[in-house]
Amino acid sequence: MKNWTKPEKTVYFAVLTFSVFLGLTEDVSAMHIMEGYLPLVHCILWGVICLPFAAHGFITLKHISIEKPQTMILLAMSGAFIFVISSLKIPSVTGSCSHMTGTGLSAILFGVSSASVLGIIVLIFQAVLLAHGGLTTLGANTFSMAIAGPILAFLIYRLGQKRNINRKITVFFAAALGDIFTYCITSLQLALAYPSNEGGIIFSAGKFLGVFAPTQIPLAVMEGLITVLVVMGMENFALPELRALGFVGKEEL
Amino acid sequence: MCKNKVTAFILTALVLLIALVPLFALKGAEFGGSDDAGSQIVESIQGNYEPWFTPVLETLIGGELPGEIESLFFCVQTGIGVGIIAYSFGYLAARKKYKGDNQV
Repeated sequence: MKNWTKPEKTVYFAVLTFSVFLGLTEDVSAMHIMEGYLPLVHCILWGVICLPFAAHGFITLKHISIEKPQTMILLAMSGAFIFVISSLKIPSVTGSCSHMTGTGLSAILFGVSSASVLGIIVLIFQAVLLAHGGLTTLGANTFSMAIAGPILAFLIYRLGQKRNINRKITVFFAAALGDIFTYCITSLQLALAYPSNEGGIIFSAGKFLGVFAPTQIPLAVMEGLITVLVVMGMENFALPELRALGFVGKEEL
Repeated sequence: MCKNKVTAFILTALVLLIALVPLFALKGAEFGGSDDAGSQIVESIQGNYEPWFTPVLETLIGGELPGEIESLFFCVQTGIGVGIIAYSFGYLAARKKYKGDNQV
């Protein structure tokens, strides 16, 4: 954000202020959530929370494309990665299917807000063409898959880097836990909309999590492994680009 | 390099294992989507819940998206992604091969 131009900063802060303002004035009693399954107020609120991230992401990406144009190929790859990963329904141990999120890779390479932009593109594609997720629940799904998951992935990756833990292991945990976290947030979002009569929001969240978590854990492990594979491929073939992004240090390898 | 190849092989094998084991271990399971399972819980908490908004496409074609067409769209999505990734890795691999390691 240091080298953003003034109009860019203005736009971003305008969106941020708008979002904070709207978020505060409403009383929030409050994997992909299905179309029409969240009350209107929730839809709007989640959407509003996502706006600053999307604005930040668009401007960040614009800057990366101008300042480090050579890294665009990696951006295209991490976007395509989300496309592939989130289109594959994988059978899981519980006897039901789910899919992975794939947003961890772009979060650790390009930062959280860039991952949000890529995630939104995929979510719109699925909401419009596949009736998977939905336009009314776009905000909520964006928050869980393209903001919360990437944030956790990014933090874990940074932590691992600071502690000098092996990069493959760090990437694995960042992607896998980011994936799980997405579904934790989805459960919470559904619980906020449907608090149970007996136990309230927490009981309800536990109930949703009870359905999502067992299905998702093996898939999260898979997502971690696949992300490590892709990062290995990039380290092998795209070292100059990774260096430009600051993903690998100058002295390494 | 060689060590990397072994790691990559092991990781790929693990991924396939995790994906395929449930299919063989749980014979006769339905493998419905867990997103749908979510809406079933909503119903158990709220009674009969009517979604207040139907997907745009379903409104346009006046019914649910046929299963085969849905899998077509999923394949299109996978195809677009795989195309871009394969192109990029091909490009990068060829660059490394023909330029040598001096630019790395």
